Amino acid sequence: MIDDRRERPLDSSRIAALDSDALIALYRTMLRIREFEEQVHRSFLVGLVHGTTHLCQGQEAVATGAVAALRNDDYVTCTYRGHGACIARCMPPEAAFAELFGRASGVSRGLGGSMHMTDVSRGLIGSFGIVGAALPCAVGAGLSAQLDGKRQVSLTFFGDGATNIGAFHEAMNLAAIWSLPVVFVCENNLYGEYTPIKATTPFEDLARRAAAYDMPAIIVDGNDVLRVYDAVGDAVVRARNGGGPTFVECKTYRQRGHSRTDPGAYRPKEEVAAWLARDPVSLGRSTVVSRGALNDEEADGLAAEVRREIAAAAEAAAQAPWPDEDTAWQATYSGRIAQ
Amino acid sequence: MTGTAQDVREMTYREAIRLALAEEMRRDPRVVFMGEDVAAPGGIFKITEGLLEEFGPARVRDTPISETAFVGAALGLAVTGYRPVVELMFSDFLGVCFDQIVNAIAKHRFMSGGAMSVPLVVRMIGGGGLRFGAQHSQTGESWLLPFPGLKIVAAGSPASAHGLLKAAIRDDDPVVVIEHKGLLGLKGHVRAGDEGLAELAGPEVLRRGDAVTVVATLAMVPQALEAAERLAAEGISVEVIDLRVLRPLAIDPILASVRRTGRLVLIEEQHRLGGWGAQVAAEVVERAWGDFKMPPRRITLPDYPLPFSPALEDAARPNAQRIGEEIRGMLAAV
Repeated sequence: MIDDRRERPLDSSRIAALDSDALIALYRTMLRIREFEEQVHRSFLVGLVHGTTHLCQGQEAVATGAVAALRNDDYVTCTYRGHGACIARCMPPEAAFAELFGRASGVSRGLGGSMHMTDVSRGLIGSFGIVGAALPCAVGAGLSAQLDGKRQVSLTFFGDGATNIGAFHEAMNLAAIWSLPVVFVCENNLYGEYTPIKATTPFEDLARRAAAYDMPAIIVDGNDVLRVYDAVGDAVVRARNGGGPTFVECKTYRQRGHSRTDPGAYRPKEEVAAWLARDPVSLGRSTVVSRGALNDEEADGLAAEVRREIAAAAEAAAQAPWPDEDTAWQATYSGRIAQ
Repeated sequence: MTGTAQDVREMTYREAIRLALAEEMRRDPRVVFMGEDVAAPGGIFKITEGLLEEFGPARVRDTPISETAFVGAALGLAVTGYRPVVELMFSDFLGVCFDQIVNAIAKHRFMSGGAMSVPLVVRMIGGGGLRFGAQHSQTGESWLLPFPGLKIVAAGSPASAHGLLKAAIRDDDPVVVIEHKGLLGLKGHVRAGDEGLAELAGPEVLRRGDAVTVVATLAMVPQALEAAERLAAEGISVEVIDLRVLRPLAIDPILASVRRTGRLVLIEEQHRLGGWGAQVAAEVVERAWGDFKMPPRRITLPDYPLPFSPALEDAARPNAQRIGEEIRGMLAAV
């Protein structure tokens, strides 16, 4: 039942059909996520980002490849490590930064913050701060899509740690029995907060969980954007055609710590080095260059352009005003409640 | 569909809930109803019989015993254009989907900066008196009180069961509707159709009186009315208010009543610590301290879980007799 694609050549027609523009778009998205997260980290260190943040450097290929397989009218839910999916879904970086800075011009007017980035106009219907909590919501969006009959798909991102919480199992079961168009994208970055997944889970391949729900599962190299795109693409096609849900396990790595200033010192040096050597953004650059979509000079130029764009967005967001208290009152209920 | 005088019918609380669901599902094709055993079996309390036949399996759905999944799925439906109604077979099951309700559903609109509304209804059937023991007899009224973003209503009569549920389904915010299993056979007059639509506005004065103000919810409402009837025969005039809307709490009608009576009794089928009675008493005392002739009095469950034994369960739950005794005692103390 598990389709393990890690050792297999990538020879799909979907990949063959990607032209230069499409390849460049994928690489640009990964660069934008990387630059966004690096900027968040810098902004955090100077006190512009408040509270906590969970960065996704190292996991850019998952968000980029998965989102590239979707239509604009599909639904996406994220975890608290969700900036990547939001940027991939074309959330404007300035509004995203403003949200992280707690400003009135943030995507959620400063009321959500890093862990709760949403943008319903882009199908980003929720980022959840509680592990696994997004999955039932994603299943509900899948039911909505099934009832509407417009061949929409609901895709939910979650981490390895979520596969041990009840909401995950309940959501997988409901999606399976109702054959809902849901794509479960597991970002297996090997650590649930500070603890290695092997200390909390009885096997390495989390895709095995899917068998309990009679659900097809794919294991894919999560650091290769084309492979993620292809695997999620297959899952999306199945969902759109009424074939029900799929579990896609993306093997990847969180290059940084869990949150804030966690240096991730609990990880073996050799492990970190091995994964850094397979950095998804560097691999993405090799892909676009080797496939002739960009030459080295053009790739450098693109990286510089993205860097400027992201820096400018952060700078502009930092100038935005704070929200006023009325913002909070108005957002609590649909009609203002008398005090 | 406007109601006429002919639309006032006598029906049970159970029938009133079913009527509200059927009317709203006819009115709005976006209303989808899900829960455990609600479709083909018609509900273990036979509340939802016939809905599957009328509205079909896409809109009336039996779920697995999996509250986190189907309550959470209701959120996903609500933010993508539907108006889901989900049923918790027992209020006690709130415990297994608490995160979805208090962390996700209650805060979703807020955390989106108001961009996403969450029009969903959680119906839950609670309360004691049926010998169901400690895990299937709680009303759950106060479990969700602390969470902004939620609205909470409690039906103390067939008319409320019908009107509040209709209003909850039309509301753009998440509403938890509490029903009492001990009232399912209670008969009362219900205005069918839009005439019966309630507002989620606050308490309803059910009986006028000037000696004491009694506020109750759910199964305590008919008990309070019965006590008031008995006391009236003794010349004691009791005002009975059904609180109906626990969140947002509208205190003004209670305040106005206490300003006339000077006495307040709060009756709830819950434990004393953390009950809504404490909140209502505090609010009224804060604003009408000078109008009180004596301290407010609370009638609640004792501070142990509801026992199974009929002898103990009956003794634990407030009833008309005990309410009458308490009020006589209060007035004798003057």
